[in-house]
Amino acid sequence: MNFVNIILIPLVPLAVFLLLGIFNQKIKPSVSGYIGVAGLLVSTLLSLNTAYQYFFVNGKADGVYQTFVEKTVWMNFTDTLAIDMGVQIDPISVMMLLVVSIVSLMVHIYSRGYMKGDDGYTKFFAFLSLFSFSMYGLVLATNLFQIYIFWELVGVSSYLLIGYYYTKPSAVSAAKKAFIVTRFADLGFLIGILIMGFYTGTYDFETLNNPEGSAILNWASTSFMGLSVLTWALILIFIGGAGKSAMFPLHIWLPDAMEGPTPVSALIHAATMVVAGVFLVARLFPMFYFVEEGFALNIVAYVGAFSSLFAAIIAITQTDIKRVLAFSTMSQLGYMMLALGVSGYEGHEGLGYMASMFHLFTHAMFKALLFLCAGSVIHAVHSNYLKDMGGLRKYMPITNITFLIAALAIAGVPPFAGFFSKDEILVAAFEHNKLIYFVGVFVAGLTAFYMFRIYFGIFWGKDTKYEHKPHESPISMTFPLLFLALLSIIGGFIPFSEFVTADKAGFEAHLNYPLAAIAVGVGLIGIALAWIFYKKENDLANKMVNFFGPVYQWTSDKFYFDEIYLFITKKILFDRVSAPIAKFDKKYVDGTMVGIGNKTVLTSEKIKGMQSGKVQDYAFAFIAGVVIIALVFIYLWTD
Amino acid sequence: MIPEISIYEILTVTSILFFIGVYGFITRKNLISILISVELILNASVINFVVINKYLYPDMLQGVVFSLFIIAVAAAETALAVSIIIGLYRQISSVEVKDVETMKH
Repeated sequence: MNFVNIILIPLVPLAVFLLLGIFNQKIKPSVSGYIGVAGLLVSTLLSLNTAYQYFFVNGKADGVYQTFVEKTVWMNFTDTLAIDMGVQIDPISVMMLLVVSIVSLMVHIYSRGYMKGDDGYTKFFAFLSLFSFSMYGLVLATNLFQIYIFWELVGVSSYLLIGYYYTKPSAVSAAKKAFIVTRFADLGFLIGILIMGFYTGTYDFETLNNPEGSAILNWASTSFMGLSVLTWALILIFIGGAGKSAMFPLHIWLPDAMEGPTPVSALIHAATMVVAGVFLVARLFPMFYFVEEGFALNIVAYVGAFSSLFAAIIAITQTDIKRVLAFSTMSQLGYMMLALGVSGYEGHEGLGYMASMFHLFTHAMFKALLFLCAGSVIHAVHSNYLKDMGGLRKYMPITNITFLIAALAIAGVPPFAGFFSKDEILVAAFEHNKLIYFVGVFVAGLTAFYMFRIYFGIFWGKDTKYEHKPHESPISMTFPLLFLALLSIIGGFIPFSEFVTADKAGFEAHLNYPLAAIAVGVGLIGIALAWIFYKKENDLANKMVNFFGPVYQWTSDKFYFDEIYLFITKKILFDRVSAPIAKFDKKYVDGTMVGIGNKTVLTSEKIKGMQSGKVQDYAFAFIAGVVIIALVFIYLWTD
Repeated sequence: MIPEISIYEILTVTSILFFIGVYGFITRKNLISILISVELILNASVINFVVINKYLYPDMLQGVVFSLFIIAVAAAETALAVSIIIGLYRQISSVEVKDVETMKH
């Protein structure tokens, strides 16, 4: 492998970030857009080259994809424990390179049109490049600590970009929320890393993931509260992943993160950063699978399945199109998690793993496309809400077609990309866990329904009167739409199981026609229902709302999870715990110190007159002292 | 050695002279007056040197020699001080202590 080319993939966006960040004011906005796109284009070409070299030229040995690692010792703690920095090339990291490159490049191109005329244009591209750098670093990481560093960096860039419209209070609080929630989850991740390092003596993925390695073979050697310590470590690491991937119950930040500019939502909160959690579980998959017979992996499966269902139900009732897409993202991430959770390791058993990665790939394409279409619509009508839209197909033909393609892809209609990946997931679930399979099928139906609900709501439905006549977006915005639509159509035909598998060996995957038929049928039922409810303007939907009454209200208010968190943090933690402690601190701890200071000031205020600077005063004091001492010696010191 | 006058009387006079000097040094507001007070203190001590030499060690000369030194040093000191005061007066047209205070800053 040519590691020089690979190391350049993250470094080019970093250079662009530094260039645009340092010379923010000096670079003209028109130039900075080109610099950002050019940087990403270089990285994309290098990624494509790497992928070609790895998958088709020199990645394979004896029919198994090899793992190439180039690293250098970064921090040396003891003889046996050191932290390395380097790049690791294996099927999932190469696949992620492609995903990040393609989506990021498209989003860069798109942003040139979408952000045109914005004050922080250069700053925006600088942050996008910082994010791309961090994400590349994350997927190339060779060990847990390196991934953790880049993990936090993507968190920071996400924070910066959500809070991009920093004059809007809602954007600022959304940015803080996203950062604090994911940071809280990362605490679990860090503890998990430390436990892992302490008990296995290594952070390297290669050593940890070796099925014949000591880390996996000796998992039972130490246990804590009935479970192996490694299981605990994996659960804690999964908490970190769940925070980034917005799994229940750490999902509350993702809908609010939609306050950021739409290209950011497409790049970070749909396609790349949020799949970091899935990637992390996939990265440590052999650990998850072998330690304690996959106990931690079962947790992953159930959390994923529940999140998927939970988010899909909420998505039905939301009226802000970006929030529908956000919950849809959460639901699809749950899908990927459950696919990992039901996966085996060797050969065809590892179908879930391959399906999860496949779905990650296709989802990145069509969900980024959905967000970019939504951005195009928002750009045209200046609103996020469904009530302000309708009948847009006449004004925005390209957005209409591409949105339809993406919606069909996510609904799992053949031959679009989502059909293939979703089918593999459902087959894997069917073979391992029937309960999760039924959840998956139900969610597939819900997905089709809510996605076509907003599709019909935006492009069909009522004929809204617009103050400004909406028009199709410029070419810089429609080109990424068309490109991603193309990928959403053909992405499913990639023989993914040849390339990305748990044991890296590759196998033949076949469509399971009965299961595929069920999934497609459920999806079509969802689409048909959406057709009946929303194609033409009618009051069926309102009737259903009234029929469900309070249930609709709960769902629409996201089951009050924000309120529950607010209650726990504000009413209990802040008011009952932090406030009294703060009061004690202020009154007694600070009080003592401030009191000492105040007393010193007062005393010096009183005695400072003595230090007049007049020699005569000093002479007087000196002589008076001498006289007093003399008198003392003469009259009192008599023995 | 003066008949009918004992060392105690002379020392009383020099003590009075000394404390007049100290008092003047502390209370006067005029630099010249302060200088004069310092001279009084010096003169009191010079008389003490001479008197003690004469009354207690009549066959020695150290006290007298010392007093000559002090007179010389005092003359030099006065010349220096007066020149400083004149220089000061040229600058600020005043020889009052309160006007000179700002020099400490």
